[in-house]
Amino acid sequence: MANSTKQNPLVRWIDYRLPIFSFMAHELNEYPTPRNLSYWWNFGSLAGIMLVIMITTGIFLAMQYTPHVSMAFDSVERIMRDVNYGWLVRYIHMNGASFFFIVTYIHIFRGIYYGSYKSPRELLWMLGVVILLLMMATAFMGYVLPWGQMSYWGATVITNLFSAIPIVGNDIVTWLWGGFAVGNPTLNRFYSLHYLLPFLIVGVVMLHLIALHQHGSNNPLGIDRKGPQDSIPFHPYYTIKDMFGLAVFLIFYAAMVFFWPNALGDSQNYIEANPLQTPPEIVPEWYFLPFYAILRSVPDILFIPAKLAGVLAMFGSIGLLFILPWLDTSRVRSARFRPIYKWFFWVLVLDALALGVVGAHRPEGWWIVIGRAATLYYYFHFVILLPLLGKFERPLPLPVSISAAVLASHRRPGTVASEKA
Amino acid sequence: MMRRTLIAGGLIAALVVAAAMPSRAQEEETPTPPKQYWSFDGPFGTFDRASAQRGFQIFAEVCSQCHSMNLVHYGDLERLGFSPEQVKAIAAKPFVNGKKVADIDDEGNPIERDARPSDAFVAPFANPKQALATLHAIPPDLSVIVKARAGGLNPLFGVSGPDYVYALLIEGYANPPADFKPASPTSNYDKYFPGHQISMPPPLSEDRVTYADGTKATEEQEGRDIVTFLAWAAEPTLEERHRTGIAAMLFLVSLTGVLYAGKRRIWSDVHRDEHDKED
Repeated sequence: MANSTKQNPLVRWIDYRLPIFSFMAHELNEYPTPRNLSYWWNFGSLAGIMLVIMITTGIFLAMQYTPHVSMAFDSVERIMRDVNYGWLVRYIHMNGASFFFIVTYIHIFRGIYYGSYKSPRELLWMLGVVILLLMMATAFMGYVLPWGQMSYWGATVITNLFSAIPIVGNDIVTWLWGGFAVGNPTLNRFYSLHYLLPFLIVGVVMLHLIALHQHGSNNPLGIDRKGPQDSIPFHPYYTIKDMFGLAVFLIFYAAMVFFWPNALGDSQNYIEANPLQTPPEIVPEWYFLPFYAILRSVPDILFIPAKLAGVLAMFGSIGLLFILPWLDTSRVRSARFRPIYKWFFWVLVLDALALGVVGAHRPEGWWIVIGRAATLYYYFHFVILLPLLGKFERPLPLPVSISAAVLASHRRPGTVASEKA
Repeated sequence: MMRRTLIAGGLIAALVVAAAMPSRAQEEETPTPPKQYWSFDGPFGTFDRASAQRGFQIFAEVCSQCHSMNLVHYGDLERLGFSPEQVKAIAAKPFVNGKKVADIDDEGNPIERDARPSDAFVAPFANPKQALATLHAIPPDLSVIVKARAGGLNPLFGVSGPDYVYALLIEGYANPPADFKPASPTSNYDKYFPGHQISMPPPLSEDRVTYADGTKATEEQEGRDIVTFLAWAAEPTLEERHRTGIAAMLFLVSLTGVLYAGKRRIWSDVHRDEHDKED
């Protein structure tokens, strides 16, 4: 592509002054990529595409939505009933939030498994955690906009978390609400921010990509590329692989949108918000359940009340991801060569799933015990296990190079050419 | 690799299942409503027009005496198979005697006029307080009721909204247990209602309505018809969604096939490269 477009005189004229074509050729076309990326590496581009889908559908929804406490619910139903293909745009957006989180969580766990956060990709990883935080804020505020029962009571519960801050907590909550309860000013500012934050996410995604392209993708072996034989150009190899992955992903996404559009949501949100009637259960969307479980699991700790401790533990669980590059002391990136870490990775996955299930249940009986154990284990994994494991684990010998490993695995299936330790 | 992919896939599936599970602990022993067959179930589901029209008759003659349905307009009934003339006639005849549309005439005076197809269904009460004063309860609006109860319309797991509403209306009003004490004079026992105290008296019974199409109005028939109508009211675009969905799936599956072939072809030289060096 680079050569053919450069032959066009207009393209050459522009490129001499604004090197946009060179930039695209360099970053999207020639961009050298490890030859051994597995399908787990599809989820980053899927997340990027989800962001674009969410922004596009969101802009169209905003053209029909009315952010007022007495009109918001009906305006969403109007989109569903009277706007041409409004039901389609809304269901794509609504289920899009779930699928955005699904691909992002897989993307994050892929990074954890293959040590993608290790030097020199620490900032790349931290920018990713910032994107996750922004996504969570955006999703939370978006869920408030239809002004159903769960919108209203979810907003009430989550904004009330800030009242846990000593001394100024209650004043902060009043300030956030713009009144003495969740009301019209709250809905208006959430709408404003829900429109703003995705564009901040776009900005951080740009930084995420700049950081990625500085050293290129990590790969399933977790070793650096040693020369051109280890790389292939991004286009056409990974463009076609990403497109194929996208098509498979869209089958699942479309199935939910067209056949089970409300299955991932709460039926309570089809009841208009009623400040005088608390729903029987206040449950967040599924993608927040693990964090919700941590929030509710923490008891009073010494002089810290349970509410504050829970809020700290919940935000701390993401804070740990932020400093993960320094918590993991092993110099080997990929879990493929870390025989003990590999198992603890899957225990962490199970732990996160367990927290999700706990978050969906009332904190009663055994659920409290399981929730506390799973929360403790989450912290144990990051704060104690990872630093120690790097010191005591004996990693397997690493392959000499990516191409050597790939060729060896083709010669004798199941074996990997290895460097003499 | 394959095994690990399977494990990971299983775990992701487990996460989705776990999150979607009917997980709210049920306080009282509320029985699980039995699974019913509905014409609008599944990817190919459509609304049984005749049943939905009969359901509308039940709504107009029974439900609408207490319940509003603010999101549905008379004109929407054309989508249900009523002719424009029928819709005009339906709009002109109030559900509740004397309940008309509040409007302002050309001189600026408040008037009450007959409803037109462009009007929303006229509500039985002006506001919730009026309903409460008259009925000692506030009947919920029925526009999206089957989406707002149990697992809603088309859940992946658990009890669907239509199954719940049918069970509550038809099977729920059983003989109360010996220890049942009405919480208020208007309380009725319902097996499927959370807490079992429901203000609505049993709304349906044999021959509660005389169907315009001559169908025998058994209690079960009435239940099936009203739920079909309520499902249509909750999501009138369901049929369009299903049709579009089938086309989208066919397109996406073909696209996936084409892209997979393209991927194989483009990557063949990378793999050939590997096999060449092998020799």
